[in-house]
Amino acid sequence: MSWLGVFSQLLEIVMALLLAPLLSGWINQWRAWLQNKSAPSVLQPYRMLHKLFNKESVLAEHASPLFRGAPYIVFGCMALASAIIPTLSTDLPLSPAADAIALVGLFAFARVFISLAAMDVGTSFGTLGARREMLIGFLAEPALLMVLFSASLISKSTSLTTIVETLAHRDLTIYPSLAFAGVAFIIVSLAENARVPVDNPATHLELTMIHEALILEYSGRHLALLEWGASLKLFAYSCIGLALFLPWGIAEAQAPLALLLAMPVLILKLAIGGALLAVLETVSAKMRIFRVPEFLATAFLLAVIGMLVHILVRG
Amino acid sequence: MATLFFVLGIPLFGSVVLALTGQREAAREINVAFSLGTFVATCVLTIEVISGGSLFVWNHEFFIDPLNVFLVTLTSFVGLTTAIFSRPYMRVERDHGKMTPRRLRVYHSMYQLFGFTMLLALTTNNMGILWVAMEAATLTTVLLVSVYRTAASLEAAWKYFILCGVGIAQALFGTVLLYMAAEKVIGTGGGGLLWTNLDAVKAQLDPGIITLAFAFLFIGYGTKVGLVPMHNWLPDAHAEGPTPVSAVLSGLLLNVAVYALLRCKVLTDGALGSPLAGHLMMGFGLLSVVVAAFFLSRQKDVKRMFAYSSIEHMGLITFAFGMGGPIANYAGLLHMTVHSLIKSAIFFAVGHATQKAGTQNMADIRGLIKVSPTVGWGMMLGSLAILGMPPFGVFASEFLILTTAMRDQPWATPFLLLALGVAFASVFSRVQPMVFGETSVTALHHPPALLPVFTHLGLGLMLGLYIPPYLDAWYRQAARMIGA
Amino acid sequence: MTAMTELVGQLINLLASILLMLAFAMISQRRILSLIHLFTAQGAVLVAATVVVGYATQQPHLYLSAGITLLLKVILIPLLLHRVIARLDVRWDVETLINIPTTMIIGIALVIFAFDLALPISKLSVSVARGTLGIALACVLLSFLMMITRSKAVPQVIAFLSMENGLFFAATSATYGMPMVVELGIALDVLVGILILGVFMFQIREQFDSLDISHLEKLKED
Repeated sequence: MSWLGVFSQLLEIVMALLLAPLLSGWINQWRAWLQNKSAPSVLQPYRMLHKLFNKESVLAEHASPLFRGAPYIVFGCMALASAIIPTLSTDLPLSPAADAIALVGLFAFARVFISLAAMDVGTSFGTLGARREMLIGFLAEPALLMVLFSASLISKSTSLTTIVETLAHRDLTIYPSLAFAGVAFIIVSLAENARVPVDNPATHLELTMIHEALILEYSGRHLALLEWGASLKLFAYSCIGLALFLPWGIAEAQAPLALLLAMPVLILKLAIGGALLAVLETVSAKMRIFRVPEFLATAFLLAVIGMLVHILVRG
Repeated sequence: MATLFFVLGIPLFGSVVLALTGQREAAREINVAFSLGTFVATCVLTIEVISGGSLFVWNHEFFIDPLNVFLVTLTSFVGLTTAIFSRPYMRVERDHGKMTPRRLRVYHSMYQLFGFTMLLALTTNNMGILWVAMEAATLTTVLLVSVYRTAASLEAAWKYFILCGVGIAQALFGTVLLYMAAEKVIGTGGGGLLWTNLDAVKAQLDPGIITLAFAFLFIGYGTKVGLVPMHNWLPDAHAEGPTPVSAVLSGLLLNVAVYALLRCKVLTDGALGSPLAGHLMMGFGLLSVVVAAFFLSRQKDVKRMFAYSSIEHMGLITFAFGMGGPIANYAGLLHMTVHSLIKSAIFFAVGHATQKAGTQNMADIRGLIKVSPTVGWGMMLGSLAILGMPPFGVFASEFLILTTAMRDQPWATPFLLLALGVAFASVFSRVQPMVFGETSVTALHHPPALLPVFTHLGLGLMLGLYIPPYLDAWYRQAARMIGA
Repeated sequence: MTAMTELVGQLINLLASILLMLAFAMISQRRILSLIHLFTAQGAVLVAATVVVGYATQQPHLYLSAGITLLLKVILIPLLLHRVIARLDVRWDVETLINIPTTMIIGIALVIFAFDLALPISKLSVSVARGTLGIALACVLLSFLMMITRSKAVPQVIAFLSMENGLFFAATSATYGMPMVVELGIALDVLVGILILGVFMFQIREQFDSLDISHLEKLKED
């Protein structure tokens, strides 16, 4: 473990924590522009977090410690996830933990706690949201695993750092399987991050909401942590996508200069990706909740086809 | 070379002429004239091939050998007699108001174009062009089947198009695979689709690719043959189109599809050195015979019933070629000939009968013998002939197929015998009251065209009693070409 | 093999994958309008693939073939289909005979089947792109599946055409294109076929007051 490694690890965590709300703000701004609305400032999420941290947290009468603990667990999971994904450098002290399966497990862990917490208070919306969240998770997780496996078939390892190293530092090779995995990944991330065709992060329409229903009972610093966690999750997913499908620019071990370059490259990629996400959200319509399983099943099957194509083309 | 030009040119030109004049009163005669011209041209071609042997034309793109020249003659002959039959038939249809001038124009033009596609499919040496011609034949017959524009005929035509379109698409995939296998041996010079080139190098073709290619070709052309799981289009298309179209569908199109299958089988046998193609053909052939025989007994519509009989006979022919060997191939070729002649004769008689009765429902057609003895006898004799009664030709070919099956594939004989028995019982029990029962139908204004019916029956009878030596030599030669 | 041909091969594989993805999107698609868009996109990918193969193998006749495909499948037929659905007003037809998730599962099974069939052959292939035959076969089978599961006339026709796309792709990528006469003949057949089907759709509509093919079951065995 080098000092540079420790430094890049710290840099990565700090950057994730700081940039995540900015990414959400950036996407919201683009969405507003595309829909001909007057856009909120990019810094709006920071203001929101600031406001919420300063407010008192109101708890339901029957809330158990689980309800109080869940926001911290969720936030912790998301922060850890952002830390282990190689965004800036592949030489990280935490990289042995950066396994694709572990990553999916981390997301699942957070999901279980937030759903339990939502049911804890016993309101109907919380239960509804929890059930929907579990439905989506149940379908999205295998799809996400399949996507990651498609990539690991190429590098023959489920370690994220190895995957990124193989993909980023190879001769120019086109992997058709990654095209399938890419489309599947976009579908999964839309569902996991409660984006438009599956859920609308901007409304509290009771019949359709999923994510908002889960956190309806939270307020103050708890809500702030959950919102921050949500934007960290989006950040983490974006980084996974970039690492798998556009890995160029991520620094390797013992290359301080490359690290310096990696940061602006990452920000640029995130900015473009965020804008594209906003476009995607604007052009598609929210689908009925009953269609969501189908949507996610498509992702899963696409990822499976991707793996099959890989076998066919290589075999 | 010039002869082939006429063989293909006359029907093509005819379809253009009839597209312009098909609605006229004289169109029916023009149709006959063009068919006659085609027939004369094919006769000349046949004589040339008999005296001069196999023939290559236009840079090897066309190729006439004993196998296809006999089918070319048969095709143009049945095309001619059907045109003669359709003359009075179409007049009645027009008088009944079922055919408007526009429909007559479509009908006549497509009739000639259909003849052209059949002849093109038979004479081409290029497996790709064979596919194109088969697809074009589908398109022309789709228009012919839907010519009445009734709900039922549209349904039949749609089904026909979709099913055959899908089927024939598989054949294209098979052709692509065939070309792929050939390219490795012959190179990318472009000759890789010519059947004669393929035939010359067939032992070197990659067995893996050829197996797959044959599977697709078999599904594709098998759909057009009407083999059983893919047969659904056939009864509808036969029943809902005009009767002359049913006659050429059964008499010609199915034959040409079998021919396409045979060409593929020869290549496959050569490449694989195993009887896979034969086994496939025997299996599906037998299945078709059995299933069609049992469906026969459930029919109410006379044209549907004879359509199922066509499926049965196509199954029998496929089975015969699947067994292979000189005798079975000989029997298969003979059966193709007599089935084509007799089935079209039956459809001619049925056409007149349904026009008299005004319905295709067998329960409503009674006592034909009293109204029109010739039509009645034509139908009775035709049915007996197609059921394999001696002394007609079908008996001879079925006898040959059965005896070969007993020797080579004894397991199959009980199925064949059972199916033939069932078919006999169901067809005969229905035709008998139609011909001899109490009558309710009235006579027609126009004299029926009975020349085609009895010419065909006469030829069928002759082939049962005596096969002319040159024809015999011809069959033997073709049977040898098809091989094991 | 040089790096260049290697890259071209990979590019063709990529285009093949996109073709397969589009075929898959088609079977999961409900709206007719989106189906037509997908079909057009498939045609465009096919054109691109043909041009790439033509460039890689220095076979100028493939450019011509690409031109025909462009004209026919990217411009003419989609235009025709748009007009048909506008005239018949069937833009929002959404029914399928089997529900979509089941169709997709069957679709996966078909893809596996196709790949399994093609795997031994792709090993032997001399062509620049090895996996393409299996992918093309998968496309053909998926279109076939779509044809079976759709009850409306227009989706059936689109499935038919998309099957033709798969076949064309097989011909170009696995064998560098069939001889020109054959390709012209096929193109002519397709064009005439689509015209006939177009006319039929109007007539079926007239006869049955609907474009639902499930009305077409009077001719059953009874």
